[in-house]
Amino acid sequence: MSQTGYIALSYWDMAMAASLILINGALSVAFRLGLERTLFIAAARMTVQLMAVGFVLKFIFSQTSALWTLGLGLCMVLFAGREAMARQTRRYKGWWAYGLGTGTLLFVGLLAILFGVGVIIGPEPWYTPRFVLPILGMALGNTLNGISLGLETLTTTAFRERAAIEARIALGATHFEAMSAVTRQALKTGMMPIVNSMAATGIVALPGMMTGQILAGVDPVEATKYQVLITFLIAGGTALGAFLAVFGGTRLLTDERHRLRLDRLEKPANTNSQ
Amino acid sequence: MLRIDSLQVYGLAPVSFEVAKGECVAVQGPSGSGKTVLLRALADLDPAKGQIFLDGTERNSMSGPAWRKQVRYAAAEPGWWGETPREHFAQGAGLDKLVNQLGLKSTQLDQSVTQLSTGERQRMALVRAVFDRPSVLLLDEPTGALDAKATRQAERLIRRQLKAGHVVIFVSHDPEQVKRLADRKLTIRGGKVRVGRV
Repeated sequence: MSQTGYIALSYWDMAMAASLILINGALSVAFRLGLERTLFIAAARMTVQLMAVGFVLKFIFSQTSALWTLGLGLCMVLFAGREAMARQTRRYKGWWAYGLGTGTLLFVGLLAILFGVGVIIGPEPWYTPRFVLPILGMALGNTLNGISLGLETLTTTAFRERAAIEARIALGATHFEAMSAVTRQALKTGMMPIVNSMAATGIVALPGMMTGQILAGVDPVEATKYQVLITFLIAGGTALGAFLAVFGGTRLLTDERHRLRLDRLEKPANTNSQ
Repeated sequence: MLRIDSLQVYGLAPVSFEVAKGECVAVQGPSGSGKTVLLRALADLDPAKGQIFLDGTERNSMSGPAWRKQVRYAAAEPGWWGETPREHFAQGAGLDKLVNQLGLKSTQLDQSVTQLSTGERQRMALVRAVFDRPSVLLLDEPTGALDAKATRQAERLIRRQLKAGHVVIFVSHDPEQVKRLADRKLTIRGGKVRVGRV
């Protein structure tokens, strides 16, 4: 036990927790759900991925180098951009499929680091990986959600409502006027999860980061302050990310002559690709 | 008034023709021959090479929305974005009269769009297309879903547009209707567009 009351876990402790998955597996076999294989692979992936990240972070934390920190941050952005694209039913054709989400995530990620870490928390040096990487990760994860949901709603609704959109365009509406209902719907959907989660935070669920800090022995009020900070960062990042991606997406679905360009979307892809 | 110069639309050979003020042109051809594609290109709803002039002004010298306020396309299956037909019109006098001329009741302007029949929706869409007096009307099967009486009312509305000096280009599968309304016809067959007499 450390001075702050932190209790380090042994590999045996982790194995005991893993035994709960065996119960899930047994239930799957008993009720013939056929989930045992998927469950085992998912549990194994989670463990290996987290352990690997643990070692990578340990290495990077020991460096305290701007290059290493930003390098890993960039990898996180690129991976998140790929995830944002993978979840779209109708992707944009060409470079934009990847570029729109990744560009937005890069912008939001930079903002989270500069504003959240650099200005508000202000560690010395500013690129201290212990602050930059977890906060970037939380901002990216939530923004990714907002972007994915926003773009998915935008493209599928634009496709479904194309007759109504084109009727407005034919009557002389600009592209943003014609797409306004669809754009609003996409923005609402993109922001819904963060609004819901802010409303429920503290009553329904104790957020993971705050729980982690409390477990590590930080004073609960101090942990709360960090959680409020990160929640505002996440909310701001998600709103900004959804806004940029949806307006960028709307612009890509129309052209300089204000025409609807659904030909810039691919045919529906498999939505469950991992 | 409307001059089309080597307009290249997907799947069709380049087409050139002129339509004078108050002139009505019918577009004929088998299904899938490109009638809708041609009308959409004239309204600048799809990218197309070539030039289109309205009263000497080329379409690319004005914005897309400004062009479409003058050159109006009405689809065979009209789209609706509001709850009631009235939400689809800008403020202005004469809407009720126009609706009545097509055999619709003014109260139907405030009904849900989904409660209107296919024919009623088509007539509402025709009113919507002509209400702000565009110079050119591109009507895609404007009476396709209408009975004989409603068709006559719609044709009267089209004639009034022509009398006011507007250009009407319409798609029709009815040779009798083409004879009744059109001054000339465009026939599309095998990707070629031929301009001829009715």
